[in-house]
Order: sequence, then structure tokens, then C-alpha cells
Amino acid sequence: MPRRTDLRKILIIGSGPIIIGQACEFDYSGTQACKALRSEGFEVVLVNSNPATIMTDPDLAERTYIEPLTSESIAAIIDRERPDALLPTVGGQTGLNVSVELARSGVLDHYGVEMIGAKLHAVEVAEDRQLFKDAMTEIGLRSARSLVVKSLVDAKNFVGAIGLPAIIRPSFTLGGSGGGIAFNTEEFEAIVSRGLDVSPVHEVLVEESLLGWKEFELEVMRDFADNVVIICSIENFDPMGVHTGDSITVAPAQTLTDKEYQLMRDAAIRIIRKVGVETGGSNIQFAVHPEDGSLVVIEMNPRVSRSSALASKATGFPIAKIAAKLAVGYTLDEIPNDITLKTPASFEPTIDYVVAKIPRWNFEKFREADSTLGTQMKSVGEVMAIGRTFKEAVLKGLRSLERGKTLTSERVDPDNLMHNLLTPRPERLAYIHFALMSGHSVEELHRLTKIDPWFLNQLQEVVTLEKQVQQHSLDSLPADLLRECKRSGISDRALSELLKPSEAAPVTVAAVMNRRHNAGIRPVFKRVDTCAAEFESYTPYLYSTYEGECEADPSSKKKIVVLGSGPNRIGQGIEFDYCCCHASFALKEAGYETIMVNCNPETVSTDYDTSDRLYFEPLTFEDVMEIMEVEKPDGVIVQFGGQTPLNLALRLQAAGVPVIGTSPQSIDLAEDRKLFGQLLTELGIPQPQNGTARSKAEAREVAAQIGYPVLVRPSYVLGGRAMSIVYDQESLDHYMVTAVEASPERPVLIDRFLEDAFEYDVDAICDGDDLIIAGVMEHIEEAGIHSGDSTCVLPPIMIDLDLLERMKEYTHTLGKALHVVGLMNIQFAIQSGTVYVLEVNPRASRTVPYVSKATGVPLAKMAARVMAGEKLRDLGLVEELRVRHCFVKSPVFPFNKFPGVDSILGPEMRSTGEVMGVADSFGSAFAKAQISAGMRLPRGGTAFLSVNESDKMGLLPIARDFADLGFHIIATAGTRRFLLAQGLQAEHVFKVGEGRPHVVDHIKSGKIDIIINTPLGRQSRYDEKAIRRAAIQHGVACVTTLSGGAAVVNAIRTLRREKLTVRSLQEYHGALHESAARTP
Amino acid sequence: MKAILALEDGRSFTGRAFGAEGETSGEVVFNTSMSGYQEILTDPSYAGQIVIMTSPHIGNYGTNPEDEESGRPYVEGFVAREFSGIASNWRSRESLDSYLKRHNIIALSEVDTRALVRHIRTRGALRGVISTIELDPDRLVERARHIRSMLGSDLASSVTCGSSYDWIKAAKGPDGKTFRVVAYDFGIKRNILNNLAGAGCKVTVVPAFTSAEDILAATPDGVFLSNGPGDPEPLEYAVKAVRSLLGRIPVFGICLGHQIMGLALGGKTFKLKFGHRGGNQPVKNLLTGRVEITAQNHGFAVDPDSLNQSDVELTHMNLNDQTLEGMRHRSLPAFSVQYHPEASPGPHDSHYLFTQFQQLMLECRK
Repeated sequence: MPRRTDLRKILIIGSGPIIIGQACEFDYSGTQACKALRSEGFEVVLVNSNPATIMTDPDLAERTYIEPLTSESIAAIIDRERPDALLPTVGGQTGLNVSVELARSGVLDHYGVEMIGAKLHAVEVAEDRQLFKDAMTEIGLRSARSLVVKSLVDAKNFVGAIGLPAIIRPSFTLGGSGGGIAFNTEEFEAIVSRGLDVSPVHEVLVEESLLGWKEFELEVMRDFADNVVIICSIENFDPMGVHTGDSITVAPAQTLTDKEYQLMRDAAIRIIRKVGVETGGSNIQFAVHPEDGSLVVIEMNPRVSRSSALASKATGFPIAKIAAKLAVGYTLDEIPNDITLKTPASFEPTIDYVVAKIPRWNFEKFREADSTLGTQMKSVGEVMAIGRTFKEAVLKGLRSLERGKTLTSERVDPDNLMHNLLTPRPERLAYIHFALMSGHSVEELHRLTKIDPWFLNQLQEVVTLEKQVQQHSLDSLPADLLRECKRSGISDRALSELLKPSEAAPVTVAAVMNRRHNAGIRPVFKRVDTCAAEFESYTPYLYSTYEGECEADPSSKKKIVVLGSGPNRIGQGIEFDYCCCHASFALKEAGYETIMVNCNPETVSTDYDTSDRLYFEPLTFEDVMEIMEVEKPDGVIVQFGGQTPLNLALRLQAAGVPVIGTSPQSIDLAEDRKLFGQLLTELGIPQPQNGTARSKAEAREVAAQIGYPVLVRPSYVLGGRAMSIVYDQESLDHYMVTAVEASPERPVLIDRFLEDAFEYDVDAICDGDDLIIAGVMEHIEEAGIHSGDSTCVLPPIMIDLDLLERMKEYTHTLGKALHVVGLMNIQFAIQSGTVYVLEVNPRASRTVPYVSKATGVPLAKMAARVMAGEKLRDLGLVEELRVRHCFVKSPVFPFNKFPGVDSILGPEMRSTGEVMGVADSFGSAFAKAQISAGMRLPRGGTAFLSVNESDKMGLLPIARDFADLGFHIIATAGTRRFLLAQGLQAEHVFKVGEGRPHVVDHIKSGKIDIIINTPLGRQSRYDEKAIRRAAIQHGVACVTTLSGGAAVVNAIRTLRREKLTVRSLQEYHGALHESAARTP
Repeated sequence: MKAILALEDGRSFTGRAFGAEGETSGEVVFNTSMSGYQEILTDPSYAGQIVIMTSPHIGNYGTNPEDEESGRPYVEGFVAREFSGIASNWRSRESLDSYLKRHNIIALSEVDTRALVRHIRTRGALRGVISTIELDPDRLVERARHIRSMLGSDLASSVTCGSSYDWIKAAKGPDGKTFRVVAYDFGIKRNILNNLAGAGCKVTVVPAFTSAEDILAATPDGVFLSNGPGDPEPLEYAVKAVRSLLGRIPVFGICLGHQIMGLALGGKTFKLKFGHRGGNQPVKNLLTGRVEITAQNHGFAVDPDSLNQSDVELTHMNLNDQTLEGMRHRSLPAFSVQYHPEASPGPHDSHYLFTQFQQLMLECRK
């Protein structure tokens, strides 16, 4: 069937901010869908609240709306745009949920919008546990015994029948959030209660436990002609019980006979037909009993998913792109396979390598969180690695994680070995490795971990090799053994740690690398081609391995390598991938061959379509140098991928790699406190008093000299890792112990903390001669909160013009002094009329996509061209960029996944994603941003106010505003006394522990609509934490800073006064370009 | 232990021996299935061939008695990137290593199988020798050049059964109807017999040389032509028998059986460059427009242009290379497919063909 001709305009809904369970993979799928539909001549209208995505680039759709993903806001877009169809399946659970809402509320019918890809009924069957279970029973498939309950009593009755352990899954939540495994009655009651609480429909599924069963996933595609193909099988290394997003997964399945696999395939085909997903991709999860092969269906996602992104990268088959084409009427056999060109997409990819996906967690930022892995996903990112064997893939994956440690050097606690083998946690693999190293058998480990013996045996083979290496010094290491180690994926670094030191000197990584090169042991590059080499591949999508034949086939064109940003983690996420993609797009336009290196399967950068050539490789010095050896590029870009490539910059340059743009020395200078301090002094630019310390004693000395409070942090980190405000010597001592562990070779930076200061971010672009200010962003929260966790507004709304000018002047001075070629970000603080430079980053910053979307000028593209030698003037950038509207960026936090973690903001970044609100006024823009970030802004009701002593005066105008807006105000004793004294009415409420019902009771019973609660001081008290936790659980807006409070009141006033309107970026930018007459 | 695979064009690959020791030779071909190595090993159609598995890990789930497609492995040699040291599956009864040793199958691992496959893709299927005894590649290359060519080889006669027998599995069709079917054994796979039984057929398996008269004398409801190894062209005895059966009794052919039917219908067969072997081949059913993902294992194909298309209707086409995958006679009760609807290993998409055979026999009964 050819393309449908009755559709002209299609609405695509994105997935919103990056959160745990929903990351860049939906930017990848959404971007593919936009490209695929536009290439077929459809008009695409896109909506997403996340500005850091490629899909919201204004040239990817006819109309791009950065608006809240609520049914009201999307209904307004539908009303303006009148699309013919809605594609609900590429925007993750968020996109699907809001589409269902639009369908159920009749909006789609009202405007005659057809849901394509998956119809409402299919989505309902797949998403509703009971309907799904019934459907499975009808087609003769077994699902776990389970019951959907709406009360704890019903849950207890049912679990009496199935017994413990039992699994609890709340309905309609992301990444299984709020669920868990209960081993005893107490746990069962706690988890069920929490689950009922977080489920938007207040129901949970209580399910028989399949703990220890083997877990598999199939990626299935179907077209209008009812052709069904399986794109990829995935086997979880971790058995049932660990969320698949937190499991190490392997493609293809390794331990199934063909008989078992085909039964699973048949089941998957029956399921997609029964559920009724007409076209597109679905992910189906199965459990298989390890001792009798029983097959149980776990669940189905009737949309593209994290696993489908992984499957696309793992096989070379672009699921989202094909799904988009199927949705508009094509059949699989009408779509060519991009990689072979000569064969159609109606086939099942076969792969001649092994793919391993390994999650990355950020528990170090959530110390109070329980790091046990269970049914709720907790990882923030992932890496994928490709090897010819499982061993090679998994070891490449481990080094792609950039944990700074190998399996050998990872810390384990031998006294807790059994416990750590029984209970899955992020360090699990290190414990298995340690256990094998200390002689525990595969059988024993299988008994404890339930991990399939085949996987454990593979690790055993690695350990056997490692033990052989331990017998040798570098000189005595036989070349054959070295080669076998490399073939098994063992890194040069791991070898350097395993080898015996000669004459007391440790073996360096460089020495191992040298030895290896001298022995002629180098990797080759093979292609990912969907077909195990049966057909010729026309797409250079490459991975390294130690084999005979190299298929890299490098060209002799002018070429530039972009080093990507690796796995998502807090502080380094999609923003950097956005920059890397833009570098690639811009350089391609400028006539270069572009080469991407990255290992994150979720991203647009690892789409083989993004760059001319893709190396799916770890971003370590060893792996990157081998690519350099083969490609011999004319330039390498290290400043777009965040800290990952920057950490390699100096070494790459020393090895003769042509790093382009701002020199690594300049980047390094900006990080070096002493040298940079000297530079600022020379330039006459103020900075907070500061010093560096390498020991506890030194730290005490520096802090005493500067005066408390001080801001302490290790150097060379992103996202404020281990950054802290310290008020006294005792806390400083405590900090030095933990921080030095966080970063052993780097000194600790100590700065005077500027209390009550306001912070600004300035992004600029410089070509070595000229510098253009791209944007000045004002933080809403006062200093002390990490810039990544602050809400900020572009342009600034409160600043004095002369201070603004001074910031710009400093930016120009610093850009020249550091010889910046490319992007630069400066963080300023203003305290009592003085502008301080807090930090300079002569590289792409987290705010680049946001500023680009606000100004309509693609900064990363411009910067890439500048780095390749062009001048700003020639690119049409001659004056400071302007914005005419108000652009507010707000962070999004994962606190709802980590019960027990305090949500108070601080200098260590903890947000996973961001949203943007755009409007003509600050109030509207801020309101949109808050709504997009998931905050429920009440129009009226009860406001609970509780602030510390020094914030009381500042609270007054906010409290007055609440009162004026008709809010009922309640407060704890101290705050209430103050308000009454100022002539404001406020009802008294107990603190926790003072009596009942106390404030937390009120939050739980829905009697409070908004909370302003600033921390009492250096140590938050228990009841404050309880308030904030309850607020998160019950979705009550909770603001922890006064400036944030003021902005929220402003937004509420706006919401009461006017209806929020929607407008596309193209319209905003059009308005801008008319006035500025500058389109580069 | 070291082992070498040497090819007739002079290229050789050195790796590690697995399974039995010794020397073996055959036509070197590759299979892209990601599972089902035991079914492949025991498929008689691989007689005369050394099979490279493109999937790098082979042997992970061991071997078991139920997954055998015949009484023993038929491959001449077996090559993979890495053979598993352990067997991990609840169905496994014996490790692959022990299984190969027991059946004296020589295997080779730790070679760049992808390079090997690319080489064969470019050059076409090549004759080769694997040896654990002779480790001089030049001498092995010389031996490879003296292996009998697949073209013109009647291998079916060497794998067919010595005498006829009844298939053990009871006929059990979905509607309770049963049929008496005679199956020509040119190297038949057990799962074809199981599938025929599942479609209500009481099957008698007969040797490849059985004459049409002998078959007609037994008055079966239908005749099945099996898969098998080698070139169909030398099988004149079978072509002749099929030619006289056509029109007198419903006939269904698979793989080599399809090629024999093609020859019997006056068509020609030719050798493919490197064949189709795997479980992911897209075939379009030209009658319904649907795409089936199929299991395939063939080095020869029927040339559609050689068929009289006013008599023969082309029913199935391979979407990768547009070769003929299925046909039926427009007026006589006969049809055949080049691929393997019985799967094993492979997807079950084309299982309907067994029902179709049953329907055809039912119609002819009336």
C-alpha cells in the first residue's frame, strides 16, 4: 500500500523533559519521525516542552511548539494548526498518555484528528493491566497471576492467595515508579500504599513474583498489510526482579534454543495482532522459567521505547523511522533497508556481533536513596557497546560508563560479598568479578544471583585470563596472551593494573599501549549492517574488535571528528548531545566529512544518519586513539561533549591529534584555580576570594583565611559533583574526607560563598577575534543553588543595566584573554553592586540549546564553523543576539523515584532534565515552565508558609500577594506570629511532632495547595524533610527559595488573569528576524 | 589445538580446533541464523558442505535429542567465531563439543568469520578443507582444489533412506481428517514429517529412487517431495518420476523437491552465487501480497524464465534478490516452495502451506 494521500498535516508529540525512565531515546525517535514524515511531503507540527532536544530544532518541523505537554495546551495547538492526524507513539509514555487524554476527552474527534500508528483501543488494551491480561488469556498465553486493586484490603486478600514475595506495580506510572517487590507483610503494605498514592488512577497491580526467571524482550513491527517482523531479541543479564532499564541487557538472546525462541516469536506476533497495534513498533517483555522453559508474558509497550532505540542501534534497523512511514500507509516491503540499499525493510535483522547495554546510576548524588535494584527504574543513563563476543561487548561497555574504575580497581566490601551477590545493586558486576577472582564457582554464583550460568561463565573466562596476566610483568607478558586479552575486551588500563610492577614502578597505561602497538596488536573496525555481511553495506556504522579484516575504509576527504558525551548522567545529558549533533550538521553543510564517536544508544548523535560516519565506541583515550589511527582526521572537536572528551583533550593533543577550536591549554587554564585566579587579577575582574587545598590541613588554613561560609568542590567535574556549602571547620573536615575520595588526583577548590547574591549565566561565541554575546540568563534562585538546578530567565528581568554591561565587558575581556575559538559560558554573581566571576567554561555549556531556541540562532552550529576556521562576520553574526520574548528554563528532578531523599536544592546538581516556557511576559513564561516541569500551580486554595528567621522580611510581599489572590494562609507558629504582626491573617498549623493533625497530615489529606518552605539553616530539620517528601508524593507545589516563591506568586496571578496561549518557535523567531534582519 | 580452513582460491584462516580432530572438506557456505545450530548440523541438505555460522556464539544452549532433524549431523565441517565451553539450557543433554566429537564432526573457531563470509559473498561459495593434522595452508589449498564440485553432484542418493518406512508420529489434523502421503526422501528433515503429520498425513517415507508406478500402486492421497543436498539436475530418476506423477496425484515440494518439480515442469535450475541460508529471508506471497519471513537453505534455484508461465504460476518471490521462491501449476494439483515452511530452525510464518497441501488433497478426493 502506498503512502496515504488523505493526510496532509501530522502532529507529533515529544516526551518532555529528561527524567528517569524517559531520556534521549525519545528525541532520537521523534527526530526520526519528523525527518521521515517530512521526506514524504507531510507537514509536521511538533510539540515538546524540552528545548534541549534536536526534535525541537525549528528546521525539523513546519511548526515547532515548545509548550507544556498537557491536554489543554495541545488542544490549543490543535485548534490553531488543525492537523489531520496525531502520531502518539514516538513520545514515550508522556506522549502516549497525553494523546489518550486528548482522545478520551473528545478533542481529537472534535477537530477530526485521527490517531495514527496505534488507535486508542489498542493503547488501552496494552496499558491497562487487566485488559491486557484478559487479552493474553484469550490467545492462550500465560501472564503472571495478578489482580488490579484499588485498596490495601483487596491487595492483602489477594496476596494471601498468591503468597510472598509479590510484585506491586502502580498503574500508569513511568518506569514502574512507585512499585516494588515485597518479601514480607510490612514491606507489602508499605509498597501497596505508596503505589496507590502515586498512581494517577489510584490502582496497583499485585502480581505473583517471577524473581529469578530469565527475562527477554522482543522488538516487533507490524504494517497495515499485517506483515509482522521481529527486529531484535534482547536477553537480560539480570534475571526477573530488576527493571529492564536497570538491567544489563544483551542482544541477540544467547541462551534460547531455536524451539524456545520461535515460541516467543509466535507469541509476540499473536500479541501485537491481539492488542491491535495496527502499524509501528512495540516492545514485548517475556519471562522464561530457567528449569522448565515456561513462557510468561510480562508486558507490552504499544509504541517505540528505550528498548526500541537500543534495538535500532544494535541492529542498524531504524525502528522509529520505519514506524513513522508505516503509520502513513507504507508496508514494510515498500521501504528500502537504508544500509544495504538493495534489500527491503520487510526482514528480520541478523547480527554477527554481540551488543551489551549497561545502565549508569547516579546514587552518589542521592546518598539517602536505597540503591537496591528492583521493579522501579533508577538509572539515569546507559551505554551500549558492540563486540564480536559477549566478553568484548560487556568489557567495552564497562569502560564506556566512565566510572573511572575497572572491574579490578572497583571497590568491594569482602565482608558483605554474599549480601551483595544476593541483592542486586549498581556494583553487582564488581562483586561477581571479585567472587570469581577469589575462586567462587559459576554454579555458586548462579545459585546466589540467578544470573544465567552462560553469562557467568563468560565472566569466568575473563577472570581466567586476568589471572594469567597477573603472573606476568609487562616485559614477560607473551604476545599471544596479550592478543587474547584484547580479543576478550580487556582494556590497556585494566592490563596495567593487573600486570606485576617491575622494579616497584607501577605499569602505566601508556606502557601497555606501547607494548601492544609494538606487537602489532591493534583493533580493526567492522560494520553494523543488519545482515551479518550477507549483503554489501553502504553505511559506515562501525565498531572495533580484534580480528583480521578491517572494514573502516576511510576516505581521503577533509574530515572532522566530533567526540560525543557518553552516557547520560546528571550534569551531562542531552544538551551536549544536541551540541555534538549540531557540530556534525554544520560541518557537513560546510563540506566536511563528519565522523561521530559516541557510546550512548539513546541519542540522536548515534543515529547512523546524523554523521557521515559513526564509530560506536567507548570514549576512552585507548579507543579514541585507535580511531584516530585509522581515520587521520583534519580536526577533532572536544568542546561539545561535556567533560567526557575534555578529559581526553590534553592527552589527545600531546599524541598529535589536531584538536580544533579553543586550545586544550586554555580550557585547562580556566579549570586551574591558581592560574585562572592570576589571570582574573591581571585583568582586574573580581572573583570570590578562593584557594585550593590538597589536604585537610591546607583546607582548614584556606577556609580560615577566606572566612566561612565557603563553597568547596573538587576540580574537573560537571554538575557540581560533590559541591557543598560549608559553614564551619567540622563540616569542612568531614567534606575533605569524602571529596578526596571523589577525586583523588585533583585538588579541592575553596571559594568564599557569596550569600544573598544573584547569579547569571552568559553564553558567548568567539572566533579568536570577535566575540558575540549570545545570551544573558538570570537565575531566579539566589546564589548557592547549582546553575543546572536553577530556574533562569532570558533576558534578565531585574538587573541594573550598568551591571549587565559590566558582565558583557568581562565576557569580552575573558574571551580574548583565553583565545576562545568556539563557545564560552561564564557564571557571574552579583552581590551589593559588585560583579564576580564564579567560573569560566570555554566550551559548550548546558544552556546552549536553550539560548539557541530563544535566539533562533543555532549557536553550536556557528561555533563548529568557527572552529573549522570561519569568522563570525562571514557567518552573519555581527552583533549581540537579542530576544524579544521571555524564555524561562526550569529544571526537573527525580525525587519522586527516590523516596527518602530530601528535595532541598543546593550546589550539587540533581536535576535530570529541563523544560522551557515561552511567552510575552515573565509571569506566563514562568507559569508554562512550571507546568511543563510538572508543578501543579493552584489558582487558589490554601498556601502553607514556613520560612527561616532571616527570610521573614522577604516573605512578607509574597504572603501579601497570596492574601490578595484570595489564598487561605496557614503557617507554623513562628511564621504565623510574624505575619500577624504585619497585619496578615494566617491560621496556625502544628509542626510534625507538635500535635495532630500536623502539616504533613494536611498535605496528605489534600488540604494544602502550595508550600513555601525555606530551610532553617545548615542542617534541615526532620519535619522540613517530611514536608517536602509529602509534597512530592502528593504532587503539591513546594518552593524552597524566596525568589522562587515570588516568581510562583507572579505566575499564579498571571494564570488567574489570562489564559495561556500557544505560539510556535517559527513565529517567535519570525518576529525576531523581522526586527533584527539577521538570518545567518 | 590449531586448525586451518583453506579455500580453493588460496585464502586460508587459522583458528582453534573444536569438536573432532582430523581433516574434512566440502563446499564452504554460511548461515545467518542466530539460533538453531543443532537443527542445521543435522539437516541432510548440508551434506557435502562446511557451514560457517555468522552468529558469533555457538553452543551456548548445548544439544538435545529433540532438536535433531535427522539421525546424525550431515555437515562436513562447522565454523564459528566462538564455541561455548558450557551448555546452559534446561533442555540440554550434551555439550556441543561432546556432541561433535561423538559424531566425528570437525569444527573450527577463533577465526574472523565475518571476513570469511564477506569473502564468500564476493567470490561465491568455495570449496575448502578444514584440518587439524595438516597445518600447511598451501597443501590444504591444493586439496581444496581437488574436491568434487557441488555443481552436477547427486548427493540426494547418498543421504536418502535405504528402504521405505512409516513416520512414527500419528497423523492428527485440526479437523480430524487423515490422508495417506508418500514422502520422497532426498534428505528429508524430521520437522517436515512432523508438520505433515500435524496436517493429518499418515506418511510413508520412500527412497529417492522409488518409481512413480510403485507410488501410484499404493494409491496415496498425495506425494511430498523433500528437501535435500546437492544439485537437482543430475537427479533425472526423480524428475522423471515426478513428471509422471504430476496431474495424477496432488504433489507438494519443498526446497530440492521444488527444484525437482521445476525440472519436471520443463524448467531449468541454476546455481546461486552463494545461496540463501538463514532464518530471516523475506518472501512475498504473490497471491496475497503478504510477506513471510522464511527459513532457507539452498544453493540452487529454479529459473522462472525457463518455466512455461501459461501452465505454471509463480506464487512466491524472494524480496532480497527477486529469485523464485514458490510456484503452482495452474491446472494440475501441484505446488512447491523453495524455502522451508517447516522452519526448524526458523520462523513459522509459512506453516499454512501444510494446510494448503491438506486442502489440495481434500479437493482431489471429491
